[in-house]
Amino acid sequence: MARMKFLCDVERCIECNACVTACKNENEVPWGVNRRRVITLDDGEPGEKSVSVACMHCTDAPCAAVCPVDCFYTTTDGLVLHDKDLCIGCGYCFYACPFGAPQFPEESAFSQRGKMDKCTFCAGGPEDDNTDAEYEKYGANRIAEGKLPACAEMCSTKALLAGDGELVADIYLKRVMQRSGRPDTWGWQKAYGAGV
Amino acid sequence: MTTASPHTNGRAQNAHRRAMIWSLVLILAGAMIAPLSGYVYVAYAQDEAAWETNPRAETWRDVREGEGGYTSASGPYVTNNLIQNGGENWRNLRNGPVAGIVPWFMAISLLLIGGFHAIHGRNRIDQPLSGKKLLRWRPWERVLHWFTAITFIILAITGLSLLFGRAVLIPLMGHAGFAVWADFSKLLHNFIGPVFTAGVLVMIIAWVRYNIPDKVDLDWFRKAGGMGKQHASAGRMNGGEKAWFWFIAIAGGAVCITGLVLDFPGFGQDRGAMQLANLIHAVVGIAWVALAFGHIYIGTAGTEGAFEGMATGYVSEEWAAEHHDLWLEELRKENRIERPPSQTSPGPITGGATRPGSS
Repeated sequence: MARMKFLCDVERCIECNACVTACKNENEVPWGVNRRRVITLDDGEPGEKSVSVACMHCTDAPCAAVCPVDCFYTTTDGLVLHDKDLCIGCGYCFYACPFGAPQFPEESAFSQRGKMDKCTFCAGGPEDDNTDAEYEKYGANRIAEGKLPACAEMCSTKALLAGDGELVADIYLKRVMQRSGRPDTWGWQKAYGAGV
Repeated sequence: MTTASPHTNGRAQNAHRRAMIWSLVLILAGAMIAPLSGYVYVAYAQDEAAWETNPRAETWRDVREGEGGYTSASGPYVTNNLIQNGGENWRNLRNGPVAGIVPWFMAISLLLIGGFHAIHGRNRIDQPLSGKKLLRWRPWERVLHWFTAITFIILAITGLSLLFGRAVLIPLMGHAGFAVWADFSKLLHNFIGPVFTAGVLVMIIAWVRYNIPDKVDLDWFRKAGGMGKQHASAGRMNGGEKAWFWFIAIAGGAVCITGLVLDFPGFGQDRGAMQLANLIHAVVGIAWVALAFGHIYIGTAGTEGAFEGMATGYVSEEWAAEHHDLWLEELRKENRIERPPSQTSPGPITGGATRPGSS
């Protein structure tokens, strides 16, 4: 069984934000909700690095551990998805997430949080695959169509890799061999534990 | 030199010895200090090396420590740091000690109350009741008390549901059923919390003047609140009531403030502040519930005649003499005793003042 992972190759990422745009377009995410964002470290200085970040679909996901209504589930592909019918918008997943992935549309008075929204690895949600109900709540389900997430597919420099962890690691390893540098499997240790 | 006297000879020997000792000291000191110069060189070399470290390694070290960068994304929940470490600590503290140990506060409280009631039984009024009553709580004070009491119970039930519902209620109600209850609980908790906070604030302001600790309270505690053989004196508020008041003012205040931090996230507080607020809110809040069990017990089943006071506003004179003798004395001395309307003799209204024994 595949274990889906994201990997952003920081030697390639040029902060073009095409992944962000692709994600917003593909999933029609509401205004103010960012499933994916690009963070630039040491912006404008020598050694500047950009990383595209979204939900990393952790193995032992902190969001799932603290959810009061237990609305998260891990698919057989290792994707951490959630059920918006159960979500109460308490924000605990946002407190717990290392990557700042959970987002909330603001609803009604006192900036009360709506139901949490986050990257689904373009795998939809618990509704039937590619139904209107699923699209409405979770966005596209490209995985069910045999496609990869729109962000990675759209990446202009092929910096953002998405897919089975072993294949992603192989591609990345080849690049590192060619570049003869040190690997920066950004976020992997945090998300998938040591020795992965 | 043969002419040299033994005296001058001895002086030359002395000078010789002194020169020898000094040379030895110098050689030893030199031998000790010279190798240390290596450290100076190493320190200097290390400074040079630090200058030349891999900037990429530095970048990832900073990221791991939670340093942020620039992002063009904007939204209320967009953060600019790549890895937030506090979340994992919060998760482990919340799901570990807070959810695993703190609920035992409540269980221990209930066990202590049950054990006490079984052994000691109800604290009865020793004197036979004469039927004479006097005002203890004015209507606005009772409204204030019951307003905070009811909102407190709602907040306790909804708050505990949100913390322990996943472990306790999901097996009973199922995921969908509990989600409906949790959604309702969150809404209720978030809206009633600020209203309750206002009630607590008014309570603190209204009752603080009766709750200044004094020597009588120490004596009250020494006599275990009159539960033993000795009678414990008390003014309008006894030592136990004052302790409860100050717990609410300080610990309860902390629960209210942390609650507001969590309830209104739009004031620039970051995740770290909210994680800390959540932990304090849960731990102190549950301690509050555990102590409230004691307060409810003492005010109802534990003490004969106490509930009547907060329910009707009036207490029997015998109850007042037993539990708040100094207060009763003061009221008598200042002629401020107020009787219920049924016990006031018809005639000119004299500000509620009644002579003792005239009912």
